Amino acid sequence: MNTPIISIRGVSRHFGAFTALDNIDLDVKQGEFFSLLGPSGCGKTTLLRMIGGFMEPSSGKIMIDQKPMDGLAPNQRPTNMVFQNYAIFPHLNVADNVGYGLRKLRLDKAQFTARVQEALERVGLSGLGHRGGHELSGGQRQRVALARALIMQPKVLLLDEPLSALDKKLREQMQLELRRLQRAVGITFILVTHDQYEALSMSDRVAVMFKGRIAQVAPPQDIYQRPASRDVADFLGGMNFIEAQIEAEDALELKLASPLTGPITLARRDGFAQGLGKATLGIRPERLRILGPKETAPIEITGTLYDKVYYGEVTHYSVAVRGNTQPLQVAVTNSSGGPELAAGSEVKVGLDRSALVLLAP
Amino acid sequence: MGVIEGEGGSALAKLGNIKLSEAARGLALAMPPLAYTLLLLAVPILAVIYLSFTAREPDADGNMVMSFANYVRVWTDPLYLHLLARSVGISVIVAVITVVLAYPIAYFIAFESGKWRHLWILLITVPFWTSYLLRVLSWKIALGQSGAINSILLWTGLIATPFEGLLYNIGAVVTVLAHSYAVFAILPIYVSLVRLDRSLLEAATDLGDGAVRRFVRITLPLTQRGVVGALMVVMIPTAGDYVTPVLIGGKDGIMIANQIQAQFGKANNWPLGAALSVSTMLTIGFAALAILVLARKAGRLAR
Repeated sequence: MNTPIISIRGVSRHFGAFTALDNIDLDVKQGEFFSLLGPSGCGKTTLLRMIGGFMEPSSGKIMIDQKPMDGLAPNQRPTNMVFQNYAIFPHLNVADNVGYGLRKLRLDKAQFTARVQEALERVGLSGLGHRGGHELSGGQRQRVALARALIMQPKVLLLDEPLSALDKKLREQMQLELRRLQRAVGITFILVTHDQYEALSMSDRVAVMFKGRIAQVAPPQDIYQRPASRDVADFLGGMNFIEAQIEAEDALELKLASPLTGPITLARRDGFAQGLGKATLGIRPERLRILGPKETAPIEITGTLYDKVYYGEVTHYSVAVRGNTQPLQVAVTNSSGGPELAAGSEVKVGLDRSALVLLAP
Repeated sequence: MGVIEGEGGSALAKLGNIKLSEAARGLALAMPPLAYTLLLLAVPILAVIYLSFTAREPDADGNMVMSFANYVRVWTDPLYLHLLARSVGISVIVAVITVVLAYPIAYFIAFESGKWRHLWILLITVPFWTSYLLRVLSWKIALGQSGAINSILLWTGLIATPFEGLLYNIGAVVTVLAHSYAVFAILPIYVSLVRLDRSLLEAATDLGDGAVRRFVRITLPLTQRGVVGALMVVMIPTAGDYVTPVLIGGKDGIMIANQIQAQFGKANNWPLGAALSVSTMLTIGFAALAILVLARKAGRLAR
């Protein structure tokens, strides 16, 4: 269980002068749902296509199931891919699409039909085998693509933005289904996405990528709550940034000062190697709250409300505070029925010490 | 359907306000070329069909006499049947050879030529900037007894005496026609290949296909329209070609069009020429239909 199913060492890829991937090291565990998350152009799709064999690294090594993959074409690798546009063969019906990879095995007709049937049932498409490949809805196409890849029993299933073509409702439904399917079949899934909610909701671990490098690899909670850098924090939902000074440090603690929060002491995090001097603190908007007249909080910041945006389940307040160029974003759940706040009014924003994250610059 | 709005303004403005239905506007746009086609294509064809049912000589009063005699002659005379069979045979062979040769070229331009794609397309059309007649005549020079091919072979010492069989036979006709129509086969195949979604090819490879299996299972079935289009575009006009057979074909390379030309010309038997034309059209029509049906059947085999 402990040997990784995929092991990537020092992989780089250059397109002319452009570096798409810069010295990537990554291990993916057997049976894991792993996501590559990042903005477009960060190299996540390039990395996925290299694992699948559609592209060769300029340098470095990719091992799958402890075998080097150098020079092996996609049809020689224990991987299968769900393509972004699903790549359903338009001249074949659903059953022939799903059974496409089985034809090589020269199964007898009954066996072939049984396996296709099983694969169709698994993705909830039983009875649609005779439907033409060109007459399917987006969700159906996605299911056919999944069934077609899973029927090959790959060691690793690669998914290239598989949900981006679907509308929101269907996308959320498919997120759950994909997760359930992955648990049921136990195959390692590697998902490429630019949608942080997709990555957070489905994955066991997420790798966040920027400009051809991996910025952080961690489980969703860690990525969200303890982002390694300002970039990671910013990409995964809203984050307030506060300028601070590290004034003293020892093996366990850091003492900081910030005009907004006053002096604070934070526990030192593993691997945080910054010395004294300027630093950035991050606070998620939902970890801030607007205090009523009689409420108090460990840290309180006074400011002026100047904007609010209503999203249904939450309202986002913008609070201008002295000493910070950016207003603080405060997300308030609309369940408490709190006071109606008018723009221009003075408000007190409260937070706990645990809401503060010290970010690498 | 037209609704005229407003009362003021000039008559022209009123005319501009007439709202035609989408279909009516489309028809209005298509009208000039449609009229042109009807006048220059449909009318002559109908005239030829009419002519083919008339007798060569008018009756005593000078009236046209309707008759099936021309068709009886065409379909019973071994000479015409032989020419018809040879023409259709040559056209099918030329179409198949041209398409087989054109496919790799189209494939190369569509997939491998990169940024030079448009240059390649241009280069392929360059020979067609000169007249057809000139190209056929240059083939005559190339294939002749003391032509380019024989000269080179003699010069290199590969042969001691020049080949005589390069010119004036069916083989020469097929060679020249296949070259003449190459571009018409390359273009439709190229278009269908360019339109082919690359991710389908990647998916086929991902699902275990090697290059050959993938070509047979995905590339060929999905470019079938281009291939069938190319077959038609080559086959139909070559069956009626008469320049190449006259210049290159010799005695054994004569085709039906030469006979039609003779009937309208020297023999001065227009009704028979017309019957030959109509018979050729029908035969080629059936051959085309047969190819379509076969292609469709073959397409269903792809899995």
